[in-house]
Amino acid sequence: MAQIWHSLTVPWRALPARQRQILTWAFSILLPLIFPLVDKTFNWGIVNDVTDVLVLVILALGLNIVVGYAGLLDLGYAAFFAIGAYTTGVLTWPPHHLEWNFWIVIWAAVIVAAFFGIVIGTPTLRLRGDYLAIVTLAFGEIVPVVMRNLGSVTIGVGPWRLLSNFNLTNGVQGLNPVGRPSIWGFKFSFDPTPWYYLILSIAALVILANVRLQDSRLGRAWMALREDETAADCMGVDPIRTKLSAFAIGASFSGFSGAFYAAKLQAIFPELFKFNLSVMILCMVILGGMGSIKGVVIGGMLLQLFDRVVLTQTTIFARGVGQALHISPLATIDLSLWRWFFFGLTMVVIMVLRPEGLFPSATRRAELHAAEEETPQPAESG
Amino acid sequence: MTQTELFIQFIINGVTIGSYLGLIALGYTMVYGIIELINFAHGDVYMLGFLTSLTFLGILSVNRTLGGWQLWVITFGVMFVTMLAMGTINMLIDRVAYKPLRRAPRLAALITAIGMSFMLENLGMIWKGPSQINYPNIFPTIDILNNVLGMKTAVLFTTKDVFLMGVTVPLMVILSLFIRNTKMGKAMRATAQDREAAALMGINVETVIRNTFFIGGALAGAAGMMVGIYLNTGRYLMGFDAGLLAFTSAVLGGIGNINGAVLGGYVIGFLNAGSDQYLSSEWTRALVFTTLILVLVFKPSGLLGERTPEK
Repeated sequence: MAQIWHSLTVPWRALPARQRQILTWAFSILLPLIFPLVDKTFNWGIVNDVTDVLVLVILALGLNIVVGYAGLLDLGYAAFFAIGAYTTGVLTWPPHHLEWNFWIVIWAAVIVAAFFGIVIGTPTLRLRGDYLAIVTLAFGEIVPVVMRNLGSVTIGVGPWRLLSNFNLTNGVQGLNPVGRPSIWGFKFSFDPTPWYYLILSIAALVILANVRLQDSRLGRAWMALREDETAADCMGVDPIRTKLSAFAIGASFSGFSGAFYAAKLQAIFPELFKFNLSVMILCMVILGGMGSIKGVVIGGMLLQLFDRVVLTQTTIFARGVGQALHISPLATIDLSLWRWFFFGLTMVVIMVLRPEGLFPSATRRAELHAAEEETPQPAESG
Repeated sequence: MTQTELFIQFIINGVTIGSYLGLIALGYTMVYGIIELINFAHGDVYMLGFLTSLTFLGILSVNRTLGGWQLWVITFGVMFVTMLAMGTINMLIDRVAYKPLRRAPRLAALITAIGMSFMLENLGMIWKGPSQINYPNIFPTIDILNNVLGMKTAVLFTTKDVFLMGVTVPLMVILSLFIRNTKMGKAMRATAQDREAAALMGINVETVIRNTFFIGGALAGAAGMMVGIYLNTGRYLMGFDAGLLAFTSAVLGGIGNINGAVLGGYVIGFLNAGSDQYLSSEWTRALVFTTLILVLVFKPSGLLGERTPEK
């Protein structure tokens, strides 16, 4: 296998390093740009799904700031996504008679999400890492409950009512429709291709922001804190404020993509934003490699590819085999029911065998393997 | 129902919920005390305990209310086997998912624990389906206050409440005695205090950890079966909620502290019952999770715990 691969890539490796780099870049920029054409030529009809995947990748990139750069395990990331989506929904849902312009609403969504990031982060970021994880999880569980129960809001003191049975979030049914964006008179509607390009440009922006943040003073402060909080503190990095900025920036990315997701999906309801979503995004980050932009993008896409294509195709294949060989449990198997099993398995296997992920960043890899090299395993008495 | 009756009912509900929460919380607190890991999959072991005991009852083809000697032999026999099975499963989980990460950063093990939890939940779903599952009503339900004592009251206090407390409380007492008086219990306490010093004193730390996982899993399995008998229904997701409630209890009582876990279980049990009864059940989840956040933020050492520095 390795030899075949080796001989196939001979012409590629014959090129000078510089040219290889340029080709890689050109390929990774061109392919996303012409993807809808490819899709049309081969009649795949998957532009819409790819756009959904891109939204998830954007979310994973946002979580990467919190988990990867700053090393804070955020298990309630979907909550900020929900807050962004609901802010958009509330401000544009026709029965509210607000119907703000979408391009203003997204900034409102960003600000509200960042605000909640600061509110939940301020008291909790001094906690230990695992306690912080549980606090964010609890927050992530509270948000959908609140969204579901705010279908009839009554605010008042005694007999005086500011609001009476006000339908803020429309309860379990959720908000539908949500306002759609338009650019220069062009209105985004059901055609997936414009959405694809819109989300793609957002993804490009988010990747750019990730790259710039990674090398910025703030980014280096995050990584210093992640690697050794005491040392970073002594060097003049304010731990609480630096962590809080990671939390708030991560939350605002989530709120930002939540706004686009709501506008694209047209219907948002509390069930969309459960703990499972947070874990799936976390799984994307872990698979690719915490703290590695390339890793998160590729890892996220791989996981989604596995979830959406590999599982269904394998199911069809397994059923075919089962029918041919008359093995009844195999003939009726549905592997897509096992998706959370495989996500969980991914997290366990990666953390046990390769905690730096499939496409790691060099510093994170060194850090995660430091303990093995420095301190020998203590002898276990028998 | 009058106000007094409502209040008495609230006390009864609080104690029953608290009893099984305390049982699950013990598993969290023991594991955290020894290896500082939030064993996220623990709630799902409780769920598996529910499903496993259901399967054992199915094998014995028990699907009606039992009486006489059958009741006690079958109930406690199945419970014993379930506890053994869940203890073993919990031990295996530790071996597969946590042991390779003993020296890794703390969050790495927490992530595998979450992964493990999702795997177990999915297995539970495949095993018995995604919808609510009926559990046979094996224990006779007799309204004690009205039918036995001849009182006229709307308060419901049945033989099942007595049974639930009659099983959970002795289990907690036995565990407490075990930790306090046996050699293994002493080794556990020593390991919790300082793992490396304990190893230097000749304690086999890995054996202690294995035993801790076994005991925690067995208690969770017992809790799963008790809830099955008590509520007669359950679902593959029941472990997630119960696990978080139990974890809250463990933190509230002071994580690592055995008595604290039981106390925390009852406090959260009362909170849960009170919210169901006096507020509205729609908000119970939000209220419990808010409590979790408030406890972690303002009293992370818990009611009975000591403040432990971050290692």
